[in-house]
Amino acid sequence: MTATFQPDSPEQVVEAVTWALSSGTPLSVAGRGSKAAFGRPVAAAQGLSLAGLTGITLYEPEELVMQAGPGTGLAEIEAALAEKGQELAFEPADLGPLLGGPAAAGSIGGAVACNLAGPRRVKAGAARDHLLGFAAVSGRGELFHSGGRVVKNVTGYDLCKLLAGSFGTLGVMTTLTFKVLPRAEKTRTLLAYGLEAEAATALLCAAAGSPHEVSGLAHLPAAVAARSAVGRVADAGRPVTAIRIEGPGASVEYRLRALAALAGATAAETEELHSHNSRTLWREIRDVGLFGALGDRVVWRLSVAPTAGPATAAAVLAQLPGEAFLDWSGGLVWLALDGGDDAGAAVVRAALPGSGGHATLVRAPEAVRGRVPVFQPLAPALAALSARVKASFDPEGLLNPGRMYEGI
Amino acid sequence: MLMPAPEEGTLAKRGALVDALRAIVPGEGVIDDPAALRAFESDGLTAYRQPPMIAVLPSTVEQVSAVLALCHREGVKVVPRGAGTSLSGGALPLADGVLLGLGKFNRVLEIDYGNRAVVVQPGVTNLAVTGAVAAEGFYYAPDPSSQIACTIGGNVAENSGGVHCLKYGLTTNNILGLQMVLMDGTVLRLGGRHLDPGGYDLVGLMTGSEGLLGVITEVTVRILRRPESQRALLVGFPDSESAGDCVARIIGAGIIPAGMEMMDRYAIQAAEAFVEAGYPLDVEALLIIELDGPTVEVDYLVDRIGALCREAGAVSLRASENEAERERFWAGRKAAFPAVGRISPDYYCMDGTIPRHKLPVVLTRMAAMSQRYGLRVANVFHAGDGNLHPLILYDANQPGELERAEEFGAEILKLCVEVGGVLTGEHGVGVEKRDLMGEMFTEIDLNQQQRVKCAFDPEGRLNPGKVFPVLHRCAELGRVHVRKGETRFPDIPRF
Repeated sequence: MTATFQPDSPEQVVEAVTWALSSGTPLSVAGRGSKAAFGRPVAAAQGLSLAGLTGITLYEPEELVMQAGPGTGLAEIEAALAEKGQELAFEPADLGPLLGGPAAAGSIGGAVACNLAGPRRVKAGAARDHLLGFAAVSGRGELFHSGGRVVKNVTGYDLCKLLAGSFGTLGVMTTLTFKVLPRAEKTRTLLAYGLEAEAATALLCAAAGSPHEVSGLAHLPAAVAARSAVGRVADAGRPVTAIRIEGPGASVEYRLRALAALAGATAAETEELHSHNSRTLWREIRDVGLFGALGDRVVWRLSVAPTAGPATAAAVLAQLPGEAFLDWSGGLVWLALDGGDDAGAAVVRAALPGSGGHATLVRAPEAVRGRVPVFQPLAPALAALSARVKASFDPEGLLNPGRMYEGI
Repeated sequence: MLMPAPEEGTLAKRGALVDALRAIVPGEGVIDDPAALRAFESDGLTAYRQPPMIAVLPSTVEQVSAVLALCHREGVKVVPRGAGTSLSGGALPLADGVLLGLGKFNRVLEIDYGNRAVVVQPGVTNLAVTGAVAAEGFYYAPDPSSQIACTIGGNVAENSGGVHCLKYGLTTNNILGLQMVLMDGTVLRLGGRHLDPGGYDLVGLMTGSEGLLGVITEVTVRILRRPESQRALLVGFPDSESAGDCVARIIGAGIIPAGMEMMDRYAIQAAEAFVEAGYPLDVEALLIIELDGPTVEVDYLVDRIGALCREAGAVSLRASENEAERERFWAGRKAAFPAVGRISPDYYCMDGTIPRHKLPVVLTRMAAMSQRYGLRVANVFHAGDGNLHPLILYDANQPGELERAEEFGAEILKLCVEVGGVLTGEHGVGVEKRDLMGEMFTEIDLNQQQRVKCAFDPEGRLNPGKVFPVLHRCAELGRVHVRKGETRFPDIPRF
């Protein structure tokens, strides 16, 4: 890459894309670049960084809304929200360290472009569910808007959903408006020890189907749990199943007891974590921080029907050396593998259940990400439609070409 | 409201089309009798009426695919229809169009409690989804007020909300997967029982696309376990400012109730006269605040919210002590539309959303408009999320009143946009708000949306005349206007 533009206004973004269009130069688009190693390598001679479009431009806590430039650090946003007792409920993962970079380097634009979510996905949704509106520059060099600043809005197509998770291939976002929510008064985590993955998932799905509004449902095999900084998890010497409960104090205590009774029917022993330890554990799970030193291992992220999670993980680990843990009640399978030439793609994708799902190669060397489909290959008709959707925003294929799929 | 002019060529081949459709959908599934076609001439927005050229009621996805492929080949317009409860004319037929009714897709296909997923056909009603899982203690959260009649397919097309979406989200936050058919007959499966898509979020895009992108033939929804208890507060205020302030205090205190509804004096009076819900009649604004969850949490929040209401200047406050009382609190709100319908020959229901703190200024200006147009207006309001439903009272038998009501409504929606809100919160653009889209979007914005439409339906045959005020040809929209090699290297900070 020869150079990277770092515009400091939407107008300059328009100027950059217009030049790219005129000169036929593809652009590698990034927020702050913390997830540059996520996705297929982009063949672009010119970079476009949004690290200059920063700052919270609107924050109205009582209206549950915030607006910021795409390059605004998530850390800055989370600090501003914390001051008012609020948070990003979708709990965006910090993938920096997993991808070989520093922690806390991500931006709000990057979180939305990658449609990040954390353990609370099961209750509160992903970035897609919180983006209310945006302005972006299309591959035609046009600044366009969609959505608004209110939650209830069905005016026109919901392009927020489309931009979230599009990895910068549809438009260069210049402003984002998103929903924020109150942070829970109290957090507790119920730990159940000694359950194997199938029994653990049955417990997690029962908890998810209980009226207790759980906000985290994970299962860690013994070796993975052993790496936690939380003593009660690390020292268990057994698999650890974790259920998070948030809310007003008395309610949390009540629900914790109800869930402990549910767990008590299956697990030998239960324990609870208070606020500080809860926060640590769920951050480790969120940021995929429990695989230890990964070395040459690749990391896959599989989204499947929750009940299919354990069998999916087991099918992969029967064929490839590695480790797995489960989040989202079993529906999110994280795998660290010695994958070989194809990073284990053939084995991983063959293991996906008949009910559907997708596997994403999140961490792998650039050369591997260039030859192995990073995102789940699409059925032909869906691939054709996705290519037409891409072309409707970026007809010349200038914005992060190939980041998600070849030709898209 | 101007709809695309009927194409003579299409009307001329009506007989041949009926035969071709009968070859796909046998028996009574193809309707061409003019009297029978009148049954489809309007949806919930009854001010607009137009019988379709032909109606077809397929019962399999293969039939839907073949019907669409035929219409695609023949260049015939298609209007999809669920239960026809749209309040924005989303299912308004076209004189030269085939109306594609999904009413026969009325089966619940699979219930998967382990994954909290239910697979249904699009013609299943919203309430029937809950009905199918209620015995096991589950329900489907989005609850539009038409839930007894409206269908899941229509809910997806319109991204329907309801009174509980403050806490539980809209349709888009509660569905996992779709099967759909493109205008050319291609059948696609999107999502499944897992969370988030593998590629572009086309489930999210389809939700709220008002039948312009594809025909939905199957929906996988996520269900929730019923909360252990529910209580409601009925709180009266001397003015709408203090009611609005109360809502801000509750959310500012970190509480997101399951629902938070506001009614103005006129709506309170009409509802009370109709159902005798026990509403206070000496207040200007009434809040109904619902809490759900474990009893210990609900009781705690009822107390806390009660204190916040008193701080905000509430003049009356009651908390439901049993289920019957809670239902009575809601009865007036739920009957607000028919209650207003009882005191006026006709009413026109609007649906804008505003930033909540703009409520006082919007109500004040709406009252001034009411004077100016000489038409009364009653307000019900999803106060938690700023979704306003002004009901404009008029009499269609008085010459000019409908037109005046429409003008009044348009002015209200423009006001919503002016204060930072949007044209429609949950009813959709349809034909009703189509010509107001320019109030909220620039030509560039609208062209980009239409290009997305082109990716799905390049000939523009699926539900044309809805959502977009000006229809451009896709070939024209697809042109790139920048001249190659004539833009200098930009002077932008670089590293």
